[in-house]
Amino acid sequence: MLTSIIQNLFNALQWGSFYSLIALGYTLVYGVLLLINFAHGDIFMVGAYISFFVTAVLLGSYTVGLPFALSGTMVLALAVPLTMILTAFVGVMLERIAYRPLRRKGVNRLYVVITALMCGLILENGNLALLGASRKSFPEILEKVVYSVGSFSMTNLKLLVIFSAILVFVILQIIVTRTKIGMAMRAISYDKFAVPLMGIPIDTIIVFTFILGSSLAGLAGLLFAMSYPVLDPFMGSLIGWKAFIAAVVGGIGDIRGAFVGGFLLGFIEILVMAVFPSTFRDLIAFSILLIILSMKPTGIFGVARTTKI
Amino acid sequence: MKRLFALLTLVCCAILLASTGFSETIKIGFNIPLTGEIPKVGEESKFAAEMLKEDINSKGGLDVGGKKYMLEFIYEDNESKAESAVTASLKLIERDKVIAIIGPNSSKQAVPAGQVCNDNQTPMITPWSTNPDTTKDRPWVFRAAFLDPFQGPVAVDFAMEQFKAKKAAVLYALANDYSKGLAEIFKADFEKKNGAGSVVSFESYGDKDQDFSAQLTTIIAAKPDFIFLPNNYNEVALTVKQAHDLGWKGPFMGSDAWGNSELMPLCGKDCVGLYFSTHYAAAGATGATKEFIDRYQAKYGYQPADVAALTWDATNLILKAIQSSGNVTGRIKKVRKDLRDAISNISQFDGITGSMKFDAQGDPIKCAVVVRIAENGDFVFTKSVCP
Repeated sequence: MLTSIIQNLFNALQWGSFYSLIALGYTLVYGVLLLINFAHGDIFMVGAYISFFVTAVLLGSYTVGLPFALSGTMVLALAVPLTMILTAFVGVMLERIAYRPLRRKGVNRLYVVITALMCGLILENGNLALLGASRKSFPEILEKVVYSVGSFSMTNLKLLVIFSAILVFVILQIIVTRTKIGMAMRAISYDKFAVPLMGIPIDTIIVFTFILGSSLAGLAGLLFAMSYPVLDPFMGSLIGWKAFIAAVVGGIGDIRGAFVGGFLLGFIEILVMAVFPSTFRDLIAFSILLIILSMKPTGIFGVARTTKI
Repeated sequence: MKRLFALLTLVCCAILLASTGFSETIKIGFNIPLTGEIPKVGEESKFAAEMLKEDINSKGGLDVGGKKYMLEFIYEDNESKAESAVTASLKLIERDKVIAIIGPNSSKQAVPAGQVCNDNQTPMITPWSTNPDTTKDRPWVFRAAFLDPFQGPVAVDFAMEQFKAKKAAVLYALANDYSKGLAEIFKADFEKKNGAGSVVSFESYGDKDQDFSAQLTTIIAAKPDFIFLPNNYNEVALTVKQAHDLGWKGPFMGSDAWGNSELMPLCGKDCVGLYFSTHYAAAGATGATKEFIDRYQAKYGYQPADVAALTWDATNLILKAIQSSGNVTGRIKKVRKDLRDAISNISQFDGITGSMKFDAQGDPIKCAVVVRIAENGDFVFTKSVCP
């Protein structure tokens, strides 16, 4: 009994890591632009597909492969930055094509949110049209090692996922709270109109935010594809929405909130499933989140904002 | 001028007559999953049907009562969703005026679509659905596959013999009629043969779930002799890998939904050596079955799974019934009625998935095989079980 509880705690840590990584992307964009980027789950999906093609090229599965063979760890070491850069590019493209023109025209934020939803659907169905409905199988890059202690098991991949989520959180927290560009990001969310008057290039900061958020989605996509190596075009929508809810519960706009919210949702889901039948998972998980929100409507780390007139 | 006009009219009439003569086609609808959860299943169904259509149309059409009719197959995508399967059936019945529908393949879609076809009095034959509810009390609905009440005990007996199993665990997909139905039949049969409580863990998961670690942890903690997975191939690939990650070293037993050419690309070496029950074994086939497999492989580049062979059989069954009914040009309602009667009058049919007899419910009585997944990804024949 005890080992299965500990085992489930580790399962939850891995599952929560994915929610956290995606929730961090939501919260970053929201924190700066007050825009709920509903396409984020699908950027995550695109990230997973990009990582699939990047690793396929690195492993030499295509004719355009590299002239020399790379070891598994080398492939991973190259795939991480490449996937992050390419996914960031997709995120920035979305911002350029869809969000910036609307922002320039000064439309209500509601329209931008709807646009984001539509962009997500376009990404999903564009992928479906481009690559077809059959699933992609992600190659095994890392030699899988299963560490077993008694009846308790852990793989190197799970440790990597958990470690990455924590590392990403620490780096983001430092960027946002300790650097100049982080200060500019916080300033934009505080007062979008006064910031340009201070000589801060608002568009550059927004693009930077999208680069950060989307590259995180790319990293999450790569790690997810490694852990659950069956890719399909709709893999991002459900997990994206759940991660968004996790970000809201944690207090959207706050990096600690997304991190804690993601893990909280992961823990609740896994532990509910360990005790109850799987049908109860979403019912109990979201009831608990609802109770948290009704007690603290701004989320765990959220601070109530008052709008100045 | 007058003569020219008369000539023109004559030519027009001739063309019109000729074109009606040639355009007499038999329309059959296919309600298959070309996108969604299991796109490969739809693709294989479509390819098998196309191959059959080319065979017949290249010979000038289907011979019905001494007259040749061209075949027209209409493929409607049900996105592997129950509600889309209902819409697709209605579309085929109302808009395309097909005389019969083949599909849907999964029970999840075949159960609701069967209701629609039965209500609209259109013959439907599902190649792959094994859930009893699909044809139960529906005189217009038929199938080409064996039933889960037969398949469940096959899996139980095989596991008891092969793994010397006394304790079993089941992980199934709750939202899938096929998976849920088969899991329950398996549980009831296993407990009947090994005593109550011998199914030590009976876990489920929801639609689109990708992480099964919590359920697998519970299953592994219950220490079963093997795990039964009556699930779609895409989920099987994830489940088996995750179970191995959690330290599970014991065997798995699967069902006919595993039998897909995408299983091995998705699952890889984790699935080697596992067993599942299915409709036919592609490796080591003989006669007409081998001919079908070879032709399919040559044409489309991969080995056809059971669903392709079953679609081939189901379509042939319909064509045979059309020939014996002899009515293809009358009022659509009458054509469908005659066709239904003709199908229900077929008492025995020799298909490439084995010979089948039909019972009063429109269900075939046929053999199942158990296959083993070999190192090269082939599904190798291990055992045949007949009712």
